[in-house]
Amino acid sequence: MAILDSKVPKGPIKDKWTTYKDKINLVNPANKRHIDVIVVGTGLAGGSAAATLAELGYNVKAFAYQDSPRRAHSIAAQGGINAAKNYMGDGDSNYRLFYDTVKGGDYRSREANVYRLAEVSANIIDQCVAQGVPFARDYGGLLDNRSFGGVLVSRTFYAKGQTGQQLLLGAYSAMNRQIARGKIDMYNRHEMLDVVKVDGKARGIIARNLVTGEIERHSAHAVVIATGGYGNVYFLSTNAMGSNATAAWKIHKKGAFFANPCFTQIHPTCIPRTGDYQSKLTLMSESLRNDGRIWVPAKLEDAKALQEGRLKPTQIAEEDRDYYLERRYPAFGNLVPRDVASRAAKERCDAGYGVNATGEAVYLDFAAAIERYGKEQAKIHNISNPSKQKIYDLGKAIVEAKYGNLFQMYEKIVDENPYETPMMIYPATHYTMGGVWVDYNLMTTVPGLYCIGEANFSDHGANRLGASALMQGLADGYFVLPYTIGDYLSHEIRTGKIPTDSPEFDEAEKAVKDRIEFFITNKGSHSVDYYHKKLGKIMWEKCGMSRNEKGLKEAIAEIKALREEFWKEVKVPGGSDELNPELEKAGRVADFLELGELFAMDALNRNESCGGHFREESVELDGEQKGEAKRNDAEYAYVAAWEYKGEPSDSVLHKEQLEFKDIELKQRSYK
Amino acid sequence: MSGLIKSSIARKVAMALSALFLIIFLLLHFSVNFISVFSEDVFNEASHFMGTNPLVQFLMQPILIVGVVFHFVMGFVLEAKNKAARPVKYTKYSGGENASWMSRNMLVSGAVILAFLVLHFYDFWVHEITVKYVEGDMSGLIPGTEHLRYYEEMHEKFADPIRVAFYCLGFVLLSLHLLHGFQSAFQSMGIRKFRNVIVKLGNIYAIVIPLGFIFIALFHFITK
Amino acid sequence: MNLTLKIWRQKDSKAKGQMVDYKVTDISEHMSFLEMMDVLNEGLVAKGEEPVAFDHDCREGICGMCSLQINGEPHGPDRGITTCQLHMRMFKDGDTIVIEPWRAAAFPVIKDLIVDRTAFERIQQAGGYISVNTSGNTQDANAIPISKEAADKAMDAATCIGCGACVAACKNASAMLFTSAKVSQFALLPQGRVEATDRVMNMVKQMDLEGFGNCTNTGACEVECPKGISLENIARMNREYLAASVAKS
Repeated sequence: MAILDSKVPKGPIKDKWTTYKDKINLVNPANKRHIDVIVVGTGLAGGSAAATLAELGYNVKAFAYQDSPRRAHSIAAQGGINAAKNYMGDGDSNYRLFYDTVKGGDYRSREANVYRLAEVSANIIDQCVAQGVPFARDYGGLLDNRSFGGVLVSRTFYAKGQTGQQLLLGAYSAMNRQIARGKIDMYNRHEMLDVVKVDGKARGIIARNLVTGEIERHSAHAVVIATGGYGNVYFLSTNAMGSNATAAWKIHKKGAFFANPCFTQIHPTCIPRTGDYQSKLTLMSESLRNDGRIWVPAKLEDAKALQEGRLKPTQIAEEDRDYYLERRYPAFGNLVPRDVASRAAKERCDAGYGVNATGEAVYLDFAAAIERYGKEQAKIHNISNPSKQKIYDLGKAIVEAKYGNLFQMYEKIVDENPYETPMMIYPATHYTMGGVWVDYNLMTTVPGLYCIGEANFSDHGANRLGASALMQGLADGYFVLPYTIGDYLSHEIRTGKIPTDSPEFDEAEKAVKDRIEFFITNKGSHSVDYYHKKLGKIMWEKCGMSRNEKGLKEAIAEIKALREEFWKEVKVPGGSDELNPELEKAGRVADFLELGELFAMDALNRNESCGGHFREESVELDGEQKGEAKRNDAEYAYVAAWEYKGEPSDSVLHKEQLEFKDIELKQRSYK
Repeated sequence: MSGLIKSSIARKVAMALSALFLIIFLLLHFSVNFISVFSEDVFNEASHFMGTNPLVQFLMQPILIVGVVFHFVMGFVLEAKNKAARPVKYTKYSGGENASWMSRNMLVSGAVILAFLVLHFYDFWVHEITVKYVEGDMSGLIPGTEHLRYYEEMHEKFADPIRVAFYCLGFVLLSLHLLHGFQSAFQSMGIRKFRNVIVKLGNIYAIVIPLGFIFIALFHFITK
Repeated sequence: MNLTLKIWRQKDSKAKGQMVDYKVTDISEHMSFLEMMDVLNEGLVAKGEEPVAFDHDCREGICGMCSLQINGEPHGPDRGITTCQLHMRMFKDGDTIVIEPWRAAAFPVIKDLIVDRTAFERIQQAGGYISVNTSGNTQDANAIPISKEAADKAMDAATCIGCGACVAACKNASAMLFTSAKVSQFALLPQGRVEATDRVMNMVKQMDLEGFGNCTNTGACEVECPKGISLENIARMNREYLAASVAKS
């Protein structure tokens, strides 16, 4: 396993990062002017990294496929960002944040990285406030915190329901400052299509100008990939339409190992699909589960009537409802973690109890909460013998104050009033914990090639806690990478400008052009979306919330067959030298068709249930936890890092054994 | 300070300031005219004072003229600039869905008011200037009498129904212009305090003053 | 439902464009507007024609990428939403829908319904930031208390998604609402006050250079803004600008 060196510094976990920073090689300011760094992706991780590297004095070239860095999908994060500030005085600490994150990730993350993440989390908040991020405040003028799923302290900072937006705009403003200074060259509407390696080191990229179609060469002394997750491998997800894995996949094919691809997070509270035309799924904040009760009908005939529209949910009597989370998990009830809630919904729907036309939805009902709050309010306002209507009105006002904007969003999309009829929800792909393998320095297995944010295999193990994605993206970009990359670049001060006329660039550019040429000239019979939807269906059905050996083997074969068909029959209209969205999609889907297969292989290899990865073969057989996920620490406490060898099926597995010195491994229980 | 002259905000503020100046002038003009409804003599006295006082004639009148001209010229310049900001028009533009007719047609109302002003200047101002400064008659008297001429002259002008109709049209457009313009001037200068009061006051002003002018015109038309 | 679409087609920034009619059939009222466009495009690809290019990304109303003038209004007839959140139930069977790109000299058309909004980028680069380095020892986040009112107002201004609907709606193609939202956010926070004078001067200067029109306070921007950014921000920027001009002179 010597091939995978995590480079975790020695010493006690609390001192690792500090000691490491003290001893790391630095580049002097005069030399930084002669060093170029490419950053691909401008979300929280890429945007913050680009800005910080430019502040330090490096020449940064940043790339985004959208028309502005501000549009990266980090912007859609709603809930908040965790930080161990302990402003609430409720006993929070770096260790506690570290502990919660490792435990929440079902013990499949690297201890040292997670501790560092917790350590720098407080700095993120300071930095963002200094940038003018308008976090929510209390009446004393100090920052407010809220609590989030699965933890015992309030450590989540937020800006209404748009925390991701505000943090991204903060990073974006830092970038703008550097663009104005000329330290960042911003390439909007550009897509990276390959990385260029010279003498084994990452030395540049090939990018396509999405407006003119021109293929461009860009060289640098180091390349940073910050292009987010691969959730769109499922076609339907809460990701943006353009979110893709192409940059991550291209570097994988050039030697960067891809780790734990099967670790994906399926979020339980999304608005269900309504038809085949559906293009994406919309997330409803997890906070709804604090007051909503989840149920399906107890009788199959009622479910059928609901599916056919012959019955309304409000017509189903209380005793004919199955509050399955409360039934199965009396201790946590509706507040079980995301993965557990998602699987339970799928289980009911698979059994035929789904409540909408597609049979893929469950109810999230606020009637009980409205009544409870109403009665409470009546007491507070000293109303004796309040009428049913009065209770409803009082309760509704409270629910509206807490979730009004979400209810409104739901009503706009579904056209049903969620105060009167229960909301329908269903799980959807939301985040990918897996990604490009990186060491403690966030460097991939290719020298000079870094990967940060959701794109790397990250600090979240097999399951990410709420409000931790923003924390990790900004930690990587603001506080980790700018230090660690200096260690590598300190050896590059004598290199000089990297020429782009080398044979390596020629070769990479030719490969990119050939592929584009193929798409444009291939007179196939089906659109790109046709294949993407088919891939998504395979992924969702066989690599979704619950997986088994048979299904995964089928998925591997089916994806391979689909990929072969794609390369014969795909049809891309338009030309290569113009703005061509279909061409962009074709390249991305081609990569998803490979990634999907590796995903299934990884899921097949990991014959244990942990976090978001549930193997039907690995469940508790008896006792209180019967039927629940069973982790296998003896055999699978490792990071599965895959090396590309020509075809996904030829990929070679490398294992990074995970060591837990500061945390004891325990089973998660929500009964 | 150079930015203040060149920038879009500065131009808007200049428009607002000239507008507020004209609003004050209009109130004054209205007050004097309104006297004519009650008392011929007081009206004549007031008119004579305004028409002969050197401060009014040689300081305030030029300032007023400059203000009027500036407001119109700037209005047309801004409109031209604004048109240039959208060289290709929409095939379908539903402006009425998101903004009032008044706010979208300040140029139309302004142009009608300009036409009205041309007539108004021709009726009164040109006449005044001719009598006072060309013919040199500063007495303000109807020739051969001891009576001041102002009331009589106005009364005569408003005998013509076509003129009265045109005046009324001008005032209606003035009202529409003010309905947007009054509060808009405050917004341009960044004044949001007492917003509700300003909007209400603006609406009252925009309706009462033009209505008052119409009343005066009709009053003289009917009493003739 | 069945619909007739009148859509602006333009090959690239230099080409001359024109409106083209399309028919779409069997449109579900539950579809989002962009999903209806997907259906149209899928049909065009099947026929071997070039699909209609339009900007879109998150499809949940936050990225600000989508940008269609629908029946004469940015983001269509509904309020407080972006095009991707507009649903087909807002239309009736047999309707004709006119779909055009944002129209402004500062937003040149790139292709079909896609416009170039980098003018907004340059306005932001002219001063839409607070000059603070990422040092890791910036003062503690709670060192300067900020009143809840100021923080909330700053947040309201900061929710701007930079979509350009304000420019598209304005009869003068003015970018005042966009620019003022950023100026306001920072003007309201103590961290932003330090550079407030230069910021407003520079951002307004850049805004004018880009060729946007003048604000005539019609209020169309506020009505059409998917995030409900208030005209109050424009007034605040006017104040800031006047104060800065005086301070600078």
